[in-house]
Amino acid sequence: MFGRAKTLLLGAIVASFVLQLLSGYINPYYLDVLTGIGINIILAVSLNLINGYTGQFSLGHAGFMAVGAYTSAAVSIFLGPHFLSALGNGNAAISVLFLLALLTGGIVAAIAGIFVGAPSLRLKGDYLAIVTLGFGEIIRVIFRNIPSLGGALGLNGIPDYTNLFWVFSFAALTIYAVTAMVNSTFGRGFLAVHDNEVAAEAMGLNPTKYKMVAFVVGAFFAGIAGGLYGHFKMSIDPKGFGFLKSIEIVVMVILGGMGNTVGVIIAAIVLTLLPEVLRPVEDYRMIIYSLLLIILMLVRPQGLFTPRKRALAERKTT
Amino acid sequence: MSEPQRTLLQLTNCTIRFGGLTAVSALNFEIDREELVGLIGPNGAGKTTVFNVITGVYCPTEGDVSFSGESLVGRKPHQITAHGIARTFQNIRLFGSMSVADNVRVAFHRHVASGVLSGLWRGRAFHNEEKRVASEVTEMLEIFHLGKFHDTPAQSLSYGDQRRLEIARALATKPKLLLLDEPAAGMNASEKIELMRLIQFIKDKYKIAVLLVEHDMKVVMGICERIAVLDYGEKIAEGSPADVRKNPKVIAAYLGNEN
Amino acid sequence: MNEFLQQLLNGLSLGAIYALIALGYTMVYGVLRFINFAHSDVFMVGAFAGYYLSRYFPKASLPGGFAVLIGAMLICALLGIVIERLAYRPLRSHSKLNVLITAIGVSLFLENTGQFIFGAAPKPSPVLFPFKLFNFGGLVLSSNQIAVFVVTIVLLISLHFIVMRTKIGTAMRALSFNPVAASLVGINNDIVISFTFGLGSALAGAGGILYSMNYPAIDPLMGILPGLKAFVAAVLGGIGNIPGAALGGVLIGVIESFSNGSHWSTWTDAIAFTLLILILLFRPSGLLGKLEVEKV
Repeated sequence: MFGRAKTLLLGAIVASFVLQLLSGYINPYYLDVLTGIGINIILAVSLNLINGYTGQFSLGHAGFMAVGAYTSAAVSIFLGPHFLSALGNGNAAISVLFLLALLTGGIVAAIAGIFVGAPSLRLKGDYLAIVTLGFGEIIRVIFRNIPSLGGALGLNGIPDYTNLFWVFSFAALTIYAVTAMVNSTFGRGFLAVHDNEVAAEAMGLNPTKYKMVAFVVGAFFAGIAGGLYGHFKMSIDPKGFGFLKSIEIVVMVILGGMGNTVGVIIAAIVLTLLPEVLRPVEDYRMIIYSLLLIILMLVRPQGLFTPRKRALAERKTT
Repeated sequence: MSEPQRTLLQLTNCTIRFGGLTAVSALNFEIDREELVGLIGPNGAGKTTVFNVITGVYCPTEGDVSFSGESLVGRKPHQITAHGIARTFQNIRLFGSMSVADNVRVAFHRHVASGVLSGLWRGRAFHNEEKRVASEVTEMLEIFHLGKFHDTPAQSLSYGDQRRLEIARALATKPKLLLLDEPAAGMNASEKIELMRLIQFIKDKYKIAVLLVEHDMKVVMGICERIAVLDYGEKIAEGSPADVRKNPKVIAAYLGNEN
Repeated sequence: MNEFLQQLLNGLSLGAIYALIALGYTMVYGVLRFINFAHSDVFMVGAFAGYYLSRYFPKASLPGGFAVLIGAMLICALLGIVIERLAYRPLRSHSKLNVLITAIGVSLFLENTGQFIFGAAPKPSPVLFPFKLFNFGGLVLSSNQIAVFVVTIVLLISLHFIVMRTKIGTAMRALSFNPVAASLVGINNDIVISFTFGLGSALAGAGGILYSMNYPAIDPLMGILPGLKAFVAAVLGGIGNIPGAALGGVLIGVIESFSNGSHWSTWTDAIAFTLLILILLFRPSGLLGKLEVEKV
C-alpha cells in the first residue's frame, strides 16, 4: 500500500526529471535562479525542523551546509576520478558518484549535527543561539585552515554535477521527510517539546531524543544542500558559509512562520528572488535587507503566512 | 505468576533540602493500588515538592522513592512516566499552541511502536497504528466532554476545560498512578462537584491509584479514601477523612498555633 | 621576564577596552535578559564619532582629547537610547527570539549604513592626545595606553558609584532581580531601561575611542571581532554581573595578548567561540554569576 504522501513524493521526483529534460529550453539565468530557489528550500525546510517545530534556535545552519559542501566536493574531486575510471564516464556513473558525494556530505553534516545539538540539551533561547552561532563559526575557521581543501582561498574545480532534477528531487525529499516526521504521533513530540518542555517530559517524551533527532535530520539535509551548492557554483570558500548565511536562512524560517512548512517554502522562494529584484539598487541591498528584518520583527513577528491566532500563541508574557 | 504487590508507590525517609531550606523532612508515605489518597497541608508545606520528587523533577537529598519495588531516584521525568506515573500541574501546562486532540495524541506516543523511521516510511503498520491512536484520542475526548474542541488550539479553552484536558492528557499515558496537583484551583462550586465525579470515575474506569494535592477541603474530604497532612515539610497526621478532620495537630496547623 | 611583563601590560590595556564593551552587554542582559547584538556596532560608531569630532581639534591636546571622548560617549548614549526605544521596546512582551533577530537587524543596519556613509575602506585613527612613549626599565608604555588605563579606571569607579550609590543605579539593580516587583514599588521601568542602554552605550563609545587610539585604522566592521570577544568576556565573568564583566574583559585581553604572540593566531575566532561554548556548557553562571533555576 503506497500512501498519499509517498505518491506525491514520487510524483515530484518524476516532475523534477521532466523539468531537467526541458532545461535546455530555459534561459540559463532562470536556470540559475531556479537552482538557487531549490537549494534555499532545502536549507529553509531543514532549519524549520530545528527552529520552527522543535523550537531550538539554531544560528549555525550554514556550518552544516559548509560541512556538506566541502565533504561532497572532496568526494567528487579526490575519489571521483578513481570511481569514474572504474565505471566509465557515462551519465549513469556520474549520477551514482554524485549521489554518493551528496549522501556522504549529508551524513558527515549529520554527525556535525550531533556535536552542535548536544549543547542544545542544556541551553535555551539566547544562549543556544549564541552557541550554535559559535559552532557555525568554528566549522568555518576549521575549513579555512585546511590547506588541502583550499584554505582561505577556497576550493575550486568542483565538477558541475548539479541540475534541476537533483535539486528539486532533494527539495521534495526534504519537504516529505520533515512533514512526514512531524505528522505522526511520535512527531507531535517535536512540537510538544517546543511548546512546554516540562510538560512534555512529564508525558514521557524524552526532550534529548527529539532535539538530537531534529538537529541530526536538519543538519543532514543542510549538508545535502551544501553539496548541491558546491557542485553548482563549482567553487566554494569559507566566507560564504558564515554567520550572515545562517541569518539569511533563519530569516526565511521566521518570514515563513516558524513551524509552517508551506510558509517557509514560499519565504525561501521570495527571499531567493529578492536579491535578483534588488539588483538595480545593489549598493543598498544590505541596508534594505537589514531594515526589512527590523520592520518584519516589529510589524509581523509571526511571519507573513501565520494567522494572528497562532501569533498570540507564540507570545510569552513576563 | 505471583500476585502483584499491593504497594505501588513508596517514599522512605525522604528528605529534600534546597541549600539551607528543608522543604520535606524524613517523609514516609505509601500509596497502594487503586487507592485515592489526598495530600493536604497549609501553603508552603511541601506538597508540590513531594510531587516533584516523585516525578523526578527533584532528587531527594536523602531517602528513597520506589514504584512497584523499583527505585526511582536519579531517574529522569520521562523515564518515570514510562514506569507508569503521570501528573498534572498546579499552573496548567498544556501544549497551548497545539490542538486539543494533539495534546492527548502526543501523550499516547509511548504506546505507539513507530518512531522516526516508521514515520518516514509510512507503511501499513504505521497507518494502522495512527488510525488506532486517532480513535483512542476521540474516545478519550468524548469521555471528558471535550469532543467538540477536537481541533481547537488548547489555549483557547476555558479554564475548566483546560484542567480537564490536562487530566485527559495525563491519562493517555496509561499510568498506574495519577498525580493531580490542585485540580480544583480556580473552579466554582458546580465545577468542583463535576471534578469530584470525574476523579471517582477515572479511578474506577481506568483502575488506577490517584494522589491528590488539593486545598479545597470539601473536595478532599469528599472523595479521598485516605489523607496525609504535611506541615513545614513533615507529615503530622494520616488516616481517614473523618480522623484527619478531628486531629488537633491538623487543626492547629491550618489555624495557626496560638501560644 | 620583560617579555612576559610587556605582554601582560598589552593584555591589560586590551582587556580594559574589552571590559568597557562587556559592561554594556552585561548591564543590558541584567535588566532585560537580552543579548544586545548591536552593541558592538555602537562601539564602532564611537570610534567614528571620535574620527569626525577630532576635526574640531586639529591639534592633539589633553582638553581636546577629553572633549572628543565625552562627545563620542554622548553620541553613543543617545544612539543606544534611540535603538532601544524604536527597535526593542515594542517587542518587550514578545518571544526573546524575535528581539534577537531585531537586534541582528539593527547590527547589520549599522554596519552596512556605516559602510555606505563612511565608506568601506579603513580610515586612519585620529590622534587625540599628544603622543609620548615611556620606558620603565625595558617596559614600553605609550601615552595612549596610559590614557586607556586612566579612562577605564575612572569610568569603572564612576559606574560603581552610579550603580551602588544613586537612586537610578539601585533601580537598575532592582529591575535585574524582579521587573514586576520593581514597577510595583514605583520604579519607571522604561526610564531605567533607557538609562541602562544609554550608560552601556556610552561605555562602548569610550571603548571605541580608546581602541582607535591604540590601533592604526578604523572601519565600519571593526566592532564585530572585539564585540564577540567582549561578549565572551561578559559570559566568562557571569552575564548580568557587573564586576564579572570587568574581570572577564581583563582576562580575555590578557589571554589574547599572550596567544597573539603564539602560533595560533589564525584560530583566534575559533578559540574565542570554543571558550564561550565551554563556559556555557560547564559553568553557565560564569566566574561571578549565580545560576537561575526554572520553577515547576
